[in-house]
Amino acid sequence: MNVVKLLSGNEALALGAYHAGAGIATAYPGTPSTEILEFIARFDDVYAEWSTNEKVAMEVALGAAYAGTRSLVSMKHVGLNVASDPFMAAATTGVNTGMVVVSADDPGIHSSQNEQDNRHYAKLAKVPMLEPSDSQEAYELMAYAFDISERFHTPVLVRTTTRISHSKSVVKVNRSRVVPVSQAGFQRDVEKYVMLPVCARLRRPLIEERLVKLAAYAETFPLNQVEWGELHLGVVTSGVAYQYAREVFPEASFLKLTMTYPLPRNLIRHFAAQVDRVIVIEELDPFLQENIQAMGIKVTGKEFIPRVGELNVGIIGEASGTAGLVAETLPQHKLDIALTLPKRPPLLCPGCPHTGIFFVLSSMGQRSKPPKAKGKAPKEPKLIITGDIGCYTLGAYPPLNAMDTCACMGASIGQALGMEKAGISDKVVAVIGDSTFLHSGITPLVNAVYNEGQITVIILDNRTTAMTGHQDHPGTGISAQGKETKAVELEHLVRGMGISDVNVVDAFNIEGIRTVVKNSLDSPELSVIIVRGACSVQVTKPSEPRAVDTEKCNGCGICLLLGCPAIQSEDEQVYIDTALCAGSACTICQQVCPRQAVVPKSKIKAAKSQ
Amino acid sequence: MKKFDLLITGVGGQGVILASDIIGEAALAAGYDVKKTDTLGMAQRGGSVVSHVRIGQRVWSPLIKEGEVDILVAFEKLEATRWGHYLRSGAIAIVNSHALPPLSVVLGNERYPTDEEIADSLGQWADRIYFIDGTSRTRKFGDVRTLNMFMLGCASLFLPLKVHVWKDSISQRVSSTMRQMNIAAFNLGRKEIRGVRI
Ligand SMILES: Cc1ncc(C[n+]2csc(CCOP(=O)(O)OP(=O)(O)O)c2C)c(N)n1
Repeated sequence: MNVVKLLSGNEALALGAYHAGAGIATAYPGTPSTEILEFIARFDDVYAEWSTNEKVAMEVALGAAYAGTRSLVSMKHVGLNVASDPFMAAATTGVNTGMVVVSADDPGIHSSQNEQDNRHYAKLAKVPMLEPSDSQEAYELMAYAFDISERFHTPVLVRTTTRISHSKSVVKVNRSRVVPVSQAGFQRDVEKYVMLPVCARLRRPLIEERLVKLAAYAETFPLNQVEWGELHLGVVTSGVAYQYAREVFPEASFLKLTMTYPLPRNLIRHFAAQVDRVIVIEELDPFLQENIQAMGIKVTGKEFIPRVGELNVGIIGEASGTAGLVAETLPQHKLDIALTLPKRPPLLCPGCPHTGIFFVLSSMGQRSKPPKAKGKAPKEPKLIITGDIGCYTLGAYPPLNAMDTCACMGASIGQALGMEKAGISDKVVAVIGDSTFLHSGITPLVNAVYNEGQITVIILDNRTTAMTGHQDHPGTGISAQGKETKAVELEHLVRGMGISDVNVVDAFNIEGIRTVVKNSLDSPELSVIIVRGACSVQVTKPSEPRAVDTEKCNGCGICLLLGCPAIQSEDEQVYIDTALCAGSACTICQQVCPRQAVVPKSKIKAAKSQ
Repeated sequence: MKKFDLLITGVGGQGVILASDIIGEAALAAGYDVKKTDTLGMAQRGGSVVSHVRIGQRVWSPLIKEGEVDILVAFEKLEATRWGHYLRSGAIAIVNSHALPPLSVVLGNERYPTDEEIADSLGQWADRIYFIDGTSRTRKFGDVRTLNMFMLGCASLFLPLKVHVWKDSISQRVSSTMRQMNIAAFNLGRKEIRGVRI
């Protein structure tokens, strides 16, 4: 088989794992890793699942690797924080069949809550790490990753970044699926798999021995490549930084590392000895640089290359110019017309089931005022709304302004309890999405029950993981491979915890939402409100758009406070873009209009034709 | 083999990413090396979207360097202006002249640039700017999703790829029921740009 395809890094990783015989793939969605599982789930001869969170995904993959099936687990960088406990355990016990862990980092914070360099996890766990520099390598390295895992009885970390995962490049697909003769079944081995202190102590020196063997293997690893050029400059690099560096230093010699932990020390020494000067070009932390410096080799890199954010050819070129490595190029032409452009931040979609609840919280919390009231002094904000991560985090933006914290997935509930215990007298409100609640909101809610919290927890149940592209989750009743399965009922779950003040309310009923929120804020109990309504992107039923009756509209601008992209204004007159409006499935603007000026579109036409 | 660096910009939901995928696949079919990269994630929700497509003999960086874009294809004119400084001098800009004002403009907190400002801004770098109201032109198809094929048709005249290669790539990426309409939108784009091209 030999075909040439344009594949994203994520597709190539998934195809590589499939061809390498992965039998089980697990993941929790997270940009930029999500497409890995989506891609591999299409193959019928792989079991693929969305796990409730990354820790569970890691544990399922580990169980499979104990029991004779090659397993792949993928997540975004912060997912590995969640899964770090079983990851460290996997590094300690080792595996039976191959286990590959993909961590997709997000330099530049395109779609994350932080920036962190997960290469440190390889060193922390003392496991081998591979990093692709394009889709071809992503495809090829998977076969090596599974082999290394089995040969050295260790999970293998494959670290990719947004720019690798989400770039497409040409891949020669030259293999087909080969499933290794499985060592099926679980071989009981207490010393290996039961980490009682006495056993863990036995494993500990084996990990060090494994690392020494891996370092020897790294010397021969075929995807670590030297490309000789002129000898006055040698560039050590990896990942996408390699591609940028090739453009900035077209003449230099290169050592491109695909196995970046443990390092091939002899190879690096040999390379460094041949060139006059060695530099390291890497994104984020000086990981390669410090490890090479620790070998006693003189290298520079982070003295001039930024540690923060994503690199590109321009940044490396400018930094290298300042460092005297290339002829200093003047920064490319910058905008010389003083034109400040309006920003275009992402918005909640028209018909979004999150809009209504945030509008209610925004108005109860006095977070925004209509455009007409501009001159008036802002009111003192009321309510504290701890938030979480998902599409609904957009509720923090104007005009809604209805979220006060967002740290990491599941944090809203614990934070709300902490605020209450710190002495905040008003009832604190935590807002969390359904997928996020199932991911890591259950344990903090149990904690709030146990510790007699008096907070309001609002679960935004849009029946999907919208933020990352509409993946199913345990509440939807559909599996990652599209099969019908059991659905976890949120209201049963929270009642089962011992919470009695539980209300389910329609996401598109403003009065209903207002009433339950008000009742909950007045009640001294721990209360849960489930706001239920399907994500508008997934609603396909035709519905009649709304329109503004210009005779009734007095331009108060209340509807603009919803932040709905379908509601626009021209020359002070508000109008609704029919092509965008979600219509009868939503009607929130119709409900909030104090003058009943928003009506079904046909009413206006009918009135005009009379 | 000449190199072409294209920047495709627009607003989430306009089909920027599909259009840039098709350019990449057509170029690959024509024997070029290709790399392309998009902004995803938060930008999907009506935010600004940009996609880099690089084709040539051998492509290293997936991102185009500022000041090196040969062809800008903008599905919305504010989004054209936002990325103007990526153009090399002498570049070509194909701009959908239909405005989609962002919320801050609707709320009256920020100002949408005038057509003159947009033309002046792009004119600092671009040699030729084609303003075409693709949104109105494609209205007759009754499906806003045809705009990307229309813009693709406009751009296709500036790339040395055969028409059948374009059509094959489009056919592979759209469902069979939508094929005819998409090809028609593509053809309309080609015709439009022929009409105004000097
Ligand atoms: C540990 C971790 N894993 C994954 C993500 C990526 N992520 C952010 S929000 C989210 C889920 C959002 O789903 P939900 O809570 O249902 O809200 P929705 O977007 O549907 O409104 C995911 C998967 C993350 N930020 N952190």
